[in-house]
Amino acid sequence: MDLIPFFQWLENTPGSIYIRESLIFYPLVETTHVLALCLFLGLIAMLDLRLTGLGLRDIPVSQVAGRFLPWALCGFALMAVSGVLLFYSGPLKAAANIFFRVKMVLILLTGVNALIFHYTIYKRVVSWDAHPSPPARAKLAGVLSLMLWSGVVICGRMQAYNWFQK
Amino acid sequence: MQPLFQWFEATLIGTVVRESLWLFPVIQCIHLLALALLGGAVLAVDLRLLGLGLLDQPVDRLARQVQPWLTRSLLVIIGTGIPMFLSEAIKCYFSPPFFYKMTFLLLAIIFTYTIRRRVTAGGFPQAQKLTAIVSLALWFGVGFSGRWIAFY
Repeated sequence: MDLIPFFQWLENTPGSIYIRESLIFYPLVETTHVLALCLFLGLIAMLDLRLTGLGLRDIPVSQVAGRFLPWALCGFALMAVSGVLLFYSGPLKAAANIFFRVKMVLILLTGVNALIFHYTIYKRVVSWDAHPSPPARAKLAGVLSLMLWSGVVICGRMQAYNWFQK
Repeated sequence: MQPLFQWFEATLIGTVVRESLWLFPVIQCIHLLALALLGGAVLAVDLRLLGLGLLDQPVDRLARQVQPWLTRSLLVIIGTGIPMFLSEAIKCYFSPPFFYKMTFLLLAIIFTYTIRRRVTAGGFPQAQKLTAIVSLALWFGVGFSGRWIAFY
């Protein structure tokens, strides 16, 4: 599947040109992307710290998950919308960037990790909810989430540097 | 104040970071990760003060659990922010967003470790919502103006 012609077409649409060339809108979208990161990843990290047993140890896991995930999802929606707009402003450049490609793969992996956690060990959360130190499977999910999301942030930041570009 | 910023730029740390190809990006990544963590630590408690978020726990208990992560992430942010600033101090000197950011940061730190700390410990219960709004506004100002240093 060759996406290049599609990206070429996308890059020449008026919306893409507008975002790319605007002096206010582009920085605003990027700022939204970074600030939504605090809402999204910040609260996900709080849950992950709880899962690893490193933080919020006296608060039941189900409370942290139940109360923070709706807010984190709002943050994710903001990240997705602003992220799509940033990609739309220069699809060819992004698609050719190794950091962007790795970032997309890592985001997929965070989803896989979250789904596995949700449908396995979290199903039995009642039996370990209040334990300061959750079972190894839950800790692993927390560590993996922290590492994968850190990788996503690092790739996102490094995308600006165009290293390893042909 | 310009000679002071020139001196900052000429410091050893500033020079090393500026002349390295990878140091600045690496520091930037750590800065950004700590920012996300700080955001989570601030939001976790501020949402609760607003009557949202983790309502199952009393404010003081939640704040006690979250506080160490707020302080840790803030230390990392400052620890990575200083070398980045030193490496491009003169650019910062001519950047209005930089001065906005530093003002917001100073106010946010003072507010967090004085009034907000008192309120999250259980003082002035009638001021909880206002405290959260001021806290969120100040940190928003830090993050927002921080991003704009790159543009103006």
